[in-house]
Amino acid sequence: MCGRIHKQVVPARTPGGSFVEVLDKLTILADAAKYDAACTSSGVSRGGKPGTIGTASNSGCCHTFSADGRCVSLLKVLYTNHCCYDCAYCVNRRSNDVPRTAFTPRELAELTIQFYRRNYIEGLFLSSAVLKSPDYTTERMIETLRLLRRSYGFNGYIHAKAIPGADPGLTYELGLLADRLSVNIELPSEASLQLLAPDKTKAAILRPMAQIRDGAAQSKAELKLYRHAPKFAPAGQSTQMIVGATPESDWHILSLTEGLYRKYNLKRVFFSAYMPVSQHKNLPAPAGFKPPLLREHRLYQADWLLRFYGFTAQEILDDSHPNFDAALDPKSDWALRHPEFFPVEINRADYEAILRVPGIGMRGAERIVAARRYGPLSFEGLKRLGVVMKRAQYFITCSGRMLPGLRFGPDSVYRRLTGLEQAALGTGESWQQLSLFDGSAS
Amino acid sequence: MMAYRYDGTFAGFLTCVWDALEGNVEPATFLLPDGGATLWETREPPTDRDRAKRLYGALRQRVSPAFQMLIARGFLTCLPDKELDLLTLIRRGLREGDRVRLDLSDPVMARVNLALTKMWTEWDHLKGFVRFSDLDGFLVGEIEPKNRVLPLLAPHFAARYSGERLALYDRTHHEIFLSDRGQWKLLPAENFRMGSAGEQERAFRAMWRRYYQTIAIEGRINPKCQSTHLPKRYRHVMTEFLTDEEMEKSLPGQTPAGSLGDGS
Repeated sequence: MCGRIHKQVVPARTPGGSFVEVLDKLTILADAAKYDAACTSSGVSRGGKPGTIGTASNSGCCHTFSADGRCVSLLKVLYTNHCCYDCAYCVNRRSNDVPRTAFTPRELAELTIQFYRRNYIEGLFLSSAVLKSPDYTTERMIETLRLLRRSYGFNGYIHAKAIPGADPGLTYELGLLADRLSVNIELPSEASLQLLAPDKTKAAILRPMAQIRDGAAQSKAELKLYRHAPKFAPAGQSTQMIVGATPESDWHILSLTEGLYRKYNLKRVFFSAYMPVSQHKNLPAPAGFKPPLLREHRLYQADWLLRFYGFTAQEILDDSHPNFDAALDPKSDWALRHPEFFPVEINRADYEAILRVPGIGMRGAERIVAARRYGPLSFEGLKRLGVVMKRAQYFITCSGRMLPGLRFGPDSVYRRLTGLEQAALGTGESWQQLSLFDGSAS
Repeated sequence: MMAYRYDGTFAGFLTCVWDALEGNVEPATFLLPDGGATLWETREPPTDRDRAKRLYGALRQRVSPAFQMLIARGFLTCLPDKELDLLTLIRRGLREGDRVRLDLSDPVMARVNLALTKMWTEWDHLKGFVRFSDLDGFLVGEIEPKNRVLPLLAPHFAARYSGERLALYDRTHHEIFLSDRGQWKLLPAENFRMGSAGEQERAFRAMWRRYYQTIAIEGRINPKCQSTHLPKRYRHVMTEFLTDEEMEKSLPGQTPAGSLGDGS
């Protein structure tokens, strides 16, 4: 990626077309992209290079938070919303009567650079509806990214959506220009896909995923041999599925997620609570439907347990216990079902055991392990370390003693933990959402 | 008991520390030049860059590089009476060695660590929340941080926009970061004022505001969640929360009334 021409990135009078025209396109194509959950810019670290613009940091960077509380890190737009597919849940399906438009590669590249210069964004998230064919669409996306990387010398983050059904050679080229690739698995089972996305099959979705995994592995192997080997999607791949439009259980979704992490080396699996954007006989009726936000929240909590806390899907849920407890987070839920594991002795237990204590996160566990090398920790000391005791107090001992004055039995712990959870989630409205989901799942 | 008065610089602080270690002084407080009168007897050792350098080197050599950084970064935080806490830590570090960094449950250490965590959070926030305006090819922005994060933000923005000319003004600490194609410096500055934006700058601001409004999903609007992640105190210098007129009105040291919200 050479950036010879960066000096020319002095803004043109208007990015491609007229201001009003681009503003309209931006409105339509951002609106059509907003249901994609992923807006992360993490997974790759890159310093600045003379003659280019941009850097990337491994932990990503949020540039603002929209009114729905979601992180805005990237300029998330579709290349076009002209689509030849007709997926029932999707706002861009061809039978939907909405205004259609497409960026030109230059308009989009100019817009990205100008937003980036003002520190509005960390980079570009480019997705697209399927215009004409998967190959044609991918070619347009490649053209845009090539312009951005080569002509504008853009060294920031790019997340591109691989289009299922596109030629593997084209997807590979896309991956050489992007930091992260993703393929949306859309729905958690083949049956649901048939019902709602008749133009897509599980096999057609998993094929590019495997291809991206293999491309990344190959690129990594080559980098060990040749320092300048081209990097293929260095920030890995992610996927997203819609939750609540179809009847799969949480256990089904979580074990699918675990399988995706294992088999396809995914960096992230995103969950998107179904938003009724269309009416279809196979979809929950929009009237009165509330998106299952609490369920989405529980899935993310469990996803964290899988990725950072050493849990397996089987430990969190199973056939006899297929759905999350609405009133309790999955970690506390696991702890209450495993009294034999507790109490954990703070001054002796392994890092992994401390991580399993409700209310203690990774940072807390790391501090505990560091601080006890200095001397034994007391409850007072734990508080000073920044460990919040509200949940943890029922599950730990310090030098063999529980928190002085603490009295509880199994039932009262459940009551107190659910009380804390309710306070943390705010109103009681959330419970209603889950009961709605229960209705649609049965 | 006595008080130290110094010029507010890190070198000035280290000079006082040298003096305190040498004379075995337990100061009651540290004061800045305009810090007002005090009943304590005041010592005012003139800033000695040479001594400061030697002490700073000793922190690295006799304790550890990580400990040296702890003190240097701790000095940038907005912790009240940070000088006293840092002096305590320096004393302990020189006596006990690097082990002191593990004593996380010690009240002083815990306080400094908490202040550092908050500072890094603010730094992390501002890497994203800073907004630049293109004013005649110069990228110009303003921040109003609690901690003195500008020295930490400087290398980040200098590397990111290595082909640009940049200016970022810190309203709280009256300091400006200037970068010219990767070469940067920090200077004290007063009365900084952003110029008014041209037609094209206004066009990109308008597009950004439109994008920002469009990207939110109506069925998920959640102001509480938004405020948790993006505290209101940052918003009065962010393009998407302001009109062009408001952006030109918000002069240094003056925040638009009511926009500070909960001040979290």
